[in-house]
Amino acid sequence: MSEVREPQSDERLQMPSDPYSVPLDKIDVAQPHLFANGDHWKYFERLRSEAPVHYCEDGFEGPYWSVTKYDDICHVDSSHNLFSSEPAIVLADPEEDFELEMFIAMDQPKHDVQRKTASPVVAPQNLKVLESTIRERVCTILDSLPVGESFNWVDRVSIELTTQMLATLFDFPFEDRRKLTRWSDVATTDPEQDQSIVASEEERRAELIECLEYFGKLWHERAGNGGGSDLISMLANGESTKDMVNKPLEYLGNLVLLIVGGNDTTRNSITGGVLALNQNPAEYDKLRANPALIPNMVSEIIRWQTPLAYMRRTANEDTIVGGQTIKAGDKVAMWYISGNRDEDVIERANEFLIDRPKARQHLSFGFGIHRCMGNRLAEMQLRILWEEIVNRFDFVEVVNEPTRIFSSFVHGYAEMQVVLHPKKA
Amino acid sequence: MAKITFIEHNGTKHEVDVDNGTSVMNAAIDNLVPGIDADCGGQCSCATCHVYIDSDWVAKAGSPDDQEESMLDLNPERQPNSRLSCQIPVTDELDGLVVTLPEFQF
Repeated sequence: MSEVREPQSDERLQMPSDPYSVPLDKIDVAQPHLFANGDHWKYFERLRSEAPVHYCEDGFEGPYWSVTKYDDICHVDSSHNLFSSEPAIVLADPEEDFELEMFIAMDQPKHDVQRKTASPVVAPQNLKVLESTIRERVCTILDSLPVGESFNWVDRVSIELTTQMLATLFDFPFEDRRKLTRWSDVATTDPEQDQSIVASEEERRAELIECLEYFGKLWHERAGNGGGSDLISMLANGESTKDMVNKPLEYLGNLVLLIVGGNDTTRNSITGGVLALNQNPAEYDKLRANPALIPNMVSEIIRWQTPLAYMRRTANEDTIVGGQTIKAGDKVAMWYISGNRDEDVIERANEFLIDRPKARQHLSFGFGIHRCMGNRLAEMQLRILWEEIVNRFDFVEVVNEPTRIFSSFVHGYAEMQVVLHPKKA
Repeated sequence: MAKITFIEHNGTKHEVDVDNGTSVMNAAIDNLVPGIDADCGGQCSCATCHVYIDSDWVAKAGSPDDQEESMLDLNPERQPNSRLSCQIPVTDELDGLVVTLPEFQF
């Protein structure tokens, strides 16, 4: 998800910490440092109240609209005819010579055909079969953690668990599973930022080509094998996708989609939940007193974290949203992270409440035909993880300020040190 | 006013009286019938209020419009009598309607 850039104008403002020190029309809320510093919340608060559908003329990736209220986001997300998911679901447009194709960034009818090939693997019927495997792995991970000394929760639990899950869904060689983590991170990094995990776009592409080659081998091993139940077998043997391997940018695109979708998202909800409970000790007490709240808490964590901050659409025609005329061809960012804090729709939206009524009604999975395909898997992983955490530990204590990811798309954490306090016998 | 019967996947029946104009989805939520999530709150945008219409009632319940069809079409458990219950407003015509709930919402 990289990009070709317009030359930067000299006047482009680096957004300061205080949103009220910038003229409204100069606000560029998509600047990643805002998210890394946690300053984005105040910006969205201002946009929701003063300019719920806001035009930024001079964004890093060109001009774009920000839609920040819950109901407007639902409208844009559900109006597939008015708003296209092509050519990209991030503000940056694809590079012309390396355009990854993935069904999240396709419109009907092609989107539907490809999604339907992959979705049964994460449908509830299949998840029922996977539940015992997930629980076993969660237990193994939790039982291997050091007690009474600090360690990085992101690496040891959040990444490890989601990566193991992904390896299971792909039937990916288990010992190589951290390659999946690496490819997920590489796919979403921006080589032009100093904080990038790769030095250049060339390096990024080289690593993604390595990913493609690795999965190309798996494909050929599995094609024509009567169809295993893993994602690669399903694509390799699916009627509408069986030639995908011959279209490398489409195969790679869909791999990146499934890897990032299954990795970067739940990973950050796992970390975000621990952080939220530490910041809200009364909620942690409620959890200890009543673990039956876990399923509801899982939805609240996913709302609270909003692991993907936005999705982009592109207007197919001139249309009015929130009183503003969006022109055909304009980019529109639907800021789920802001809609999930919209007090006009969600009562006490800025509070983390694990027993919140209607907790499932949040925007984090998106709405409409592109709604998150793995949502039930995500909820299941989080539910089982928390069931097993409360079985073992009285307190997962956060002991430092976590390091946030430098991105306005993936809303998450690179590091968070915790100390485990076992349950008293 | 109409009487609607929801049958859970495990066979448990719930008979509820519903005012005209209420959606079948809200009839389930208001009467605490389990098995319907309705994550989008009734905007035909999440497909988690999926029901199967009893064969005697399929015609009276009507057919999905384009948006509902798009959402239903992506569900691996979709059947010919599948509907999203948020898109069925209750009328006198539907007095006696029977719907079955899927094992899971997706």
